Parts: sequence; structure tokens; C-alpha cells
Amino acid sequence: MAEKTKKEDKPVADKITVGHVHMSGCTGCLVSLADNYGGLLTILDRYADLVYGLTLADVRHIPKMDVALVEGSVCIQDKLAVEEIKQTREKAAVVVAVGGCACYGNITRFGRGGQPNQPQHESYLPIGDLIKVDVYIPGCAPTPQLIRNVCVMAYLLLKGTKEQKDLATAFLTPLMQLADRGTTACGCDLIYDVINQGLCMGCGSCTASCPVRAITMEYGKPNVNREMCIKCGACYAQCPRSFFNVDVVNQYEGIMEAIDGALK
Amino acid sequence: MGTELGVYKTCVSARSTSKEILKKAQDGGIVTQLFAYALDEGIIDGAIVAGPGPEPWRPMPMVALTSEELMASRGTRYNLSPNVALIKEVTRSYGLDKVGIVGTPCQMQAVRKGQLYPAGLRDVPDKIALAIGIFCMENFPYQSIKQLVEDHAGMALPAVKKMEIGKGKFWVYGERGQVVTLPLKVTHKYEQPGCHVCLDYVANLADVSTGSVGSPDGWSTVFVRSKKGDDIWSKAMAAGCFETKPIEQVKPGLELVSKLANEKISKNQKTVESRATFGVNKALRNPYVSPK
Ligand code: SF4
Ligand code: SF4
Ligand code: SF4
Repeated sequence: MAEKTKKEDKPVADKITVGHVHMSGCTGCLVSLADNYGGLLTILDRYADLVYGLTLADVRHIPKMDVALVEGSVCIQDKLAVEEIKQTREKAAVVVAVGGCACYGNITRFGRGGQPNQPQHESYLPIGDLIKVDVYIPGCAPTPQLIRNVCVMAYLLLKGTKEQKDLATAFLTPLMQLADRGTTACGCDLIYDVINQGLCMGCGSCTASCPVRAITMEYGKPNVNREMCIKCGACYAQCPRSFFNVDVVNQYEGIMEAIDGALK
Repeated sequence: MGTELGVYKTCVSARSTSKEILKKAQDGGIVTQLFAYALDEGIIDGAIVAGPGPEPWRPMPMVALTSEELMASRGTRYNLSPNVALIKEVTRSYGLDKVGIVGTPCQMQAVRKGQLYPAGLRDVPDKIALAIGIFCMENFPYQSIKQLVEDHAGMALPAVKKMEIGKGKFWVYGERGQVVTLPLKVTHKYEQPGCHVCLDYVANLADVSTGSVGSPDGWSTVFVRSKKGDDIWSKAMAAGCFETKPIEQVKPGLELVSKLANEKISKNQKTVESRATFGVNKALRNPYVSPK
């Protein structure tokens, strides 16, 4: 029984502190983080201390942290939830909305109450409607790889050399711009902000990224079945004509090697 | 400028040594040959290519798992084939771990963005084994090609053997030997509008990119770019897959490639800039600056 556990006697000094805040989400975003398998353990070994996360650790109240990974939207008829998202903003230096619900409301956009035993719980808002959000990781579920990339980059941003900070800033910029852009998402984004803008070139990335197969390519252009769309925002984020930051993407080989290297 | 051809390790003029592949290849059969070699060697376990579609000369993205299936995708179809649409599915129901994909420069951009910023592409980033890019000046919707071939060139689409854009003209070759050419000027209004903001001619982000410009008929110009691309290309060379000539020794060579690349980029750069003042104190969106 009594397995010998060894406590880290000299914790790695330079770790950043990270918390997972669970609002009206499904925990699928946290599962996605965990689906980095060994990669997550390496992150926790070398780069980040998980200081909060009700699913995984027995810390009851939101502590101070460098990065808050927030999943889920906010039910505004639930006082505690509203309180917690405000606290999160106060306690975290960087707030990341992880997943479609935190960024855009996603499936909770369709919530309209009327179910026992809180029929009055009817209004859900993406966290960006209540607090300022720094970074978006869209997707339902968000991909393990993007969560991983953002974690590594957040570490470099806070603890890296000047050069690493610059790279991390450049990498995170479009995800910060998505956070600035707004809190609504839909397959219609492809219509309004890509096709209507004369930018679609028919690559099919949107079709590939949609989790519910709401997008088909008809004669080389996306056709969105809007009744199927769950409003996750993956398609627009994935479209190379939403943002295409040439300076970063051109260095894809080096950046991917660096991330792989950091997690070896 | 100097950056118009992207980063590359080597550039050669090349063609496949397989007579079978060359029979129906657009140029030197580079894409078909390289994928066939990579499939045989287990470097990839399938490739997303532009296969035959439901209408004549309309491509449809497909997953080729054998060399025979690759053969069916030879030849350029000058209209949209959304190959990236299959990039996640190949890692799901097809069960591929090492994915090959061929596409236009914008599709290579989509693949690399998908690797760095995968929003809806779980597990795709690490499974791209060989991305081959083809040079691209512009593309057309299917209806544009139909109109160009049927109305302007007066040919029936099913009776066309090959189409080519080269030497300043749009060439349509009939199965029975007839050749019709259209001046490129005629084709311009039919171009896909989204191509006019495209700043990449020779697929700068591919592992290996290839196209006809720069090399003689029947040959292709090939850029070997990434570490992956270099590794696969050297192995394929050692296995005797390709005949090559140093690019410096062929006509018209890199000078023409550079010239066309610069023309495309500066023309489209102007279009991108003009979008900033498109309306009255209102701009059209610039994806190179932000998603807003
Ligand atoms: S179309 Fe699909 S990917 Fe786009 S927002 Fe809707 S559900 Fe998400
Ligand atoms: S992902 Fe490709 S096909 Fe879809 S809207 Fe964007 S450019 Fe068009
Ligand atoms: S011109 Fe650019 S945008 Fe158009 S198909 Fe070619 S690579 Fe894509």
C-alpha cells in the first residue's frame, strides 16, 4: 500500500502558474488538454504549476495565477458563476478562453431555460461579454495541439529570452485579435467575412475543421448548413483567409521543431 | 525583392523516369512519381489528390491509397479542387498516420496554418508527411472553365484532352488533334476573385514544389524546400525516380520563374493595399493584418 512518494524538494524555479476554470462547459476542453498525454506531463514538470482546477486538484477557491484557462460560458442567472468569472479576471494575469463555449457561447447560445430544476437558468454569455479576454483558443473541442502550443508560447512570453518573447508575441497575436474581434461565431462568418469580402479561394479548410459536418464544398465554395451549425467558431479561425500571419507561418518548420523540442 | 521564390535548398529541372506516368502527366510527372515512391516506401500511407469529378474536367478531392489511384489524378484541371477539405477525414475514417497532400500555394498555406493553429484539426498537425505544392498564377471556378472552353474556344468539354496556360495563352487540346488558343486577356474576368489577394506563386510553404514554368516541355521545375522534402527527394533520386538537370542549364530557367512570381506578387500586393481604401472611409478586410 504505502507507496513511496517523493515530493519535489527543489521545484523548478521558473514555472508559470496555470489554473483551469470551469464555467458552463462540458470538461471536454480539459480532456483535450489532457489528451496531450506525455506532453502535458512534461509541461507540468518543466513549465507550469497547475495551481487550480476543480477536476484535478483540491484547491477550493480561485488563487492568483499567471494564466487562467477558462472553459464554458457564463449563466447570468447563476450568481456564483458570475462571481467566479469576475474573480478569475482579478486573479489572472492572462485570461485564455478555451473552446467554443468560452469564446463564442457555442451550444449554450441555444440555451433558453425551462428545464428543471432551474427553469430560470436561461441566459448564457461567452466570457468575453463579462470580462476582458486576452487570448482565444476556438474549437469544439479545441485541439490538444493548439492548447499545447499556446501553453508553450505563454511560458516563453512570461519567462523566455527577448527573442523567445518576440516569437511568442507574434504567435499569440492572431489569437488575441480573435478575442478582440468579438464574442459571436457561426458558419455565417465564412459568408460575411470571407466570401462576401472577396477573400475565399476554395481551399476547404473550413469543411475539414467543422465538428458537425455543417459545411460542404459546392463547386469549390463553402455552403453552410446553418441549422446544423453549433456556433463554435472553428471554421473561421481555421480559414487561411481569416488571419494569415505570414511572418509566423513562414517559420512553421522551426516553430514546430521548437515546440517538439520543448516537450521532449 | 528576392523572396519571391521562397526558401529552398535545391532547385532543378526534372522529370519522372516512368514512361507510364509521363504518358498522361501535365509536365514532368513529379507529383505522381514522388507520391508513388513515397507510397511504395511507406513514407506516406495515402495522399490527397485531385481525382476525377462528376463532370468532365471538374476535379474532386480524393484519397489515393495505391499507385493506380494516383494515376487517375494526373493532369491539371484549371478549376477549384478543395483538397484541404479532406485533411482531417484522412486521419479519421481512412486511418492514415502519414498523410500526403498536393495543392496550390494557398492550400499549402492552409496546411501550415492548420499545423501551427489547429482550431478544428485535432491530430492533423503531426500527421502531415509530405505536402507537394504546385505553382499557381490564378485559378477558376468550374463554370468559368466551362464558359472558356465551350463558348470562347468552341470545344466540347468531354472532347478535350489537355488544357494548359503557358506562353501567354490558354491552350485547349482536343482528343482528335485540334488545338485552340485563347489570349489570356479573355480569361482574366473569369478568374476566382480570391486569387487576387494571393501573394505566393511557387508554393513557398510546401515540402517540395513544382510547376512547368522555367523548364522545357515535358519537364518540371522543382524546388526542394523543407528538411522532410529534402530527405524524401534525395531518397527518390537515389532510387532512380527522376532524371534531372541543373536549373542553371535549362531555358528559360529561374529567371522567368522569378519574373512571373514578382509580377504576380506585386500586382496582388496592390490589390491588397487598394482594399484599405475601397469604400468611403471604409476598408475591406486584410487577412494578412488581422481577422477583424
Ligand atoms: S459551421 Fe461548423 S465549424 Fe463553423 S461555427 Fe458552425 S459548427 Fe463551428
Ligand atoms: S477555409 Fe478556404 S474554402 Fe473555407 S472560407 Fe476560407 S478560404 Fe474559403
Ligand atoms: S492564385 Fe493563389 S489563391 Fe488562387 S488558387 Fe492559386 S494559390 Fe490559390
